[in-house]
Amino acid sequence: MTVIIYVPRETTALSLGAEELVQALRTEAQYRNLDIQILRNGSRGACFLEPLIEVETPQGRVGYGPVEVDDVGELFDADFLNGGNHRLHIGNVDQLPFFANQERLTFARAGIIESTSVQAYENHGGFAGFKRALGMSEENRVKEVLDSGLRGRGGAAFPTGIKWQTVMKAVSEQKYIVANADEGDSGTFSDRMIMEGDPLSLVEGMLIAGISVGANMGYIYLRSEYPLTQIILQEAINNAYAAGYLGQNIKGSGLHFELEIRMGAGAYICGEETSLLESLEGKRGQVRFKPPLPALKGLFGQPTVVNNVISLASVPVIFEKGAQHYSDFGMGRSRGTMPFQLGGNIKQGGLIEKAFGLTLRQLIEDFGAGTATGKPIRAVQVGGPLGAYFPVNLLDTPLDYEEFAKAGGMLGHGGVVVFDHSVNLAKMARFSMEFCSAESCGKCTPCRIGSVRGMETIDRIVAADNEHERDLQFIILKDLCDTMESASLCAMGGLTPIPVMSAVKHFKGDFQ
Amino acid sequence: MTDSTILGNAPKLQDFSLEAATQLVQEFKGKPGSLIEALHALQRTFGYLDETTFSMLGKVFNLSRAEVHGVASFYHDFRRDKPGKYIIKICQAEACQAMGSEALTLAAKSSLGCDFRGTSSNGKFTLEKVYCLGNCACAPNVLVGNRTYARMNSDKFNRLVETLTSNGGH
Repeated sequence: MTVIIYVPRETTALSLGAEELVQALRTEAQYRNLDIQILRNGSRGACFLEPLIEVETPQGRVGYGPVEVDDVGELFDADFLNGGNHRLHIGNVDQLPFFANQERLTFARAGIIESTSVQAYENHGGFAGFKRALGMSEENRVKEVLDSGLRGRGGAAFPTGIKWQTVMKAVSEQKYIVANADEGDSGTFSDRMIMEGDPLSLVEGMLIAGISVGANMGYIYLRSEYPLTQIILQEAINNAYAAGYLGQNIKGSGLHFELEIRMGAGAYICGEETSLLESLEGKRGQVRFKPPLPALKGLFGQPTVVNNVISLASVPVIFEKGAQHYSDFGMGRSRGTMPFQLGGNIKQGGLIEKAFGLTLRQLIEDFGAGTATGKPIRAVQVGGPLGAYFPVNLLDTPLDYEEFAKAGGMLGHGGVVVFDHSVNLAKMARFSMEFCSAESCGKCTPCRIGSVRGMETIDRIVAADNEHERDLQFIILKDLCDTMESASLCAMGGLTPIPVMSAVKHFKGDFQ
Repeated sequence: MTDSTILGNAPKLQDFSLEAATQLVQEFKGKPGSLIEALHALQRTFGYLDETTFSMLGKVFNLSRAEVHGVASFYHDFRRDKPGKYIIKICQAEACQAMGSEALTLAAKSSLGCDFRGTSSNGKFTLEKVYCLGNCACAPNVLVGNRTYARMNSDKFNRLVETLTSNGGH
């Protein structure tokens, strides 16, 4: 009998040798005359267990991980094809506390299904949302998204339904759906994981967006740092075309929607929506003035929905299970779930999808099990390179858009980077300015020049040989940050002061 | 089913010729907003953007040479000189810093004998920086060609360079 084994084809797993593992499993099975079939899923998100291989048994999917090529012989000896015991045996994968304690809506299929198969996707509820949407009017489709309370998962947290409504109401021959897959924020990888693990959920989300606002063309703007993602996503799009979910007369509905991937070229700023649109038009990725809003004058001057990958990939489950089901999760004005990403110096790093409201400490301690080095945590940066550095005494802050803003931070795209005692926050603050100067589009002065002055000022603070001089430079830094915050054209220059000033506020001693 | 460069193989590059370049970009003519796609295609084929391609692209896309140059120079990905056989990018972002990317970077520079944007003297390796490869739970990360290598340190880096150096076949 053929035994089915899942081995992720996903960046983390591949970066730890999954492709070599596939070869070794095939070779060994052949040598032992055993019949196996290897299916390629994405990662379930427990990066510390990758490569995590799963064997389909009558008792469910039994996991082994992290597996190295050298373990393969031993695994066969231990009869892993029947779920046999071995030091890497982790039992029924669904029951592992790391997964069992999550609330997976958007990532319900990731790591479970063969990632690009339309059949597998449909068997797990895929396209059910689209089919329900077909029976609704455009207004009711948009209302469904409004009612779900979904807010932009890219970081700005703007209500997705309002964007859709604006584009729906705009009158134009041509409208566009653009997925912002330029996941440049360091410490974030949820876009990549959904695109590699369940790419069809993004396809379906964009399709529903298209038929809700009257757009028949979609672009996915993908960062070039994700070469494997491009391959997997393209495969999924091809499969969706072949199955009749993209193209003309979709599933006999008379509706039309085309989808194309466009690659970025290594510019962080292109994650900013207007800069992204410039880049999609083949230009320098320079930020546009707003207004006009992209919803009214976006790509090629036409009404355009620009949504983050996770926002769009959350749409299918909202339509499948209903807006109410989605908005029942969460707290306050942060409705639904958020795929948090735990990285940096962390023992059990990975992707954790939970309803808003759990605390940073629960995320880091309960799921992450503390630092990788085993040393105490000193600082945590939440929300990417423009997010605040939190000291340990802020770890009880609930992960919620408003609560984070109150604590002087931002949730952003949900990336959490942990640092132990070896971190120097003056250095990190300088890095924030350096990053801003390297990645500024150059259009506005506060960002382009402010970031360079910021680096110089932090250098002078660190080099100061007396208290008076240091205090003077701190005043200059504060003043500079105020200018950047209030006078920059976009979030790049406007938010760089957040990590910088949080480092000054909570870790002033590091600047001596 | 998986591109061989994903496994760390060096891409097969062609020697640059303006004629081949001109032919290559014809498919993008008239496709809206596809200048960056064309630049990617050129770099994928020849390894870099030759000076002479800018005015050629200007004609194809109905832009001035300066406009094409402006786009190419805006993006970090596009390079103007022929790179080494392997392009090694070391992540400089926060999560990798938290796990020792600074020490790794210093070791890599010394082992390759070049700085960022430089090429090792044997012509095999071009070193570049990158901000985030999206593998932040297994830091620090290095990208070689299209393949990410996780949990790197200077020993592993040197072994990787050794393997790639002796890997004449690819």
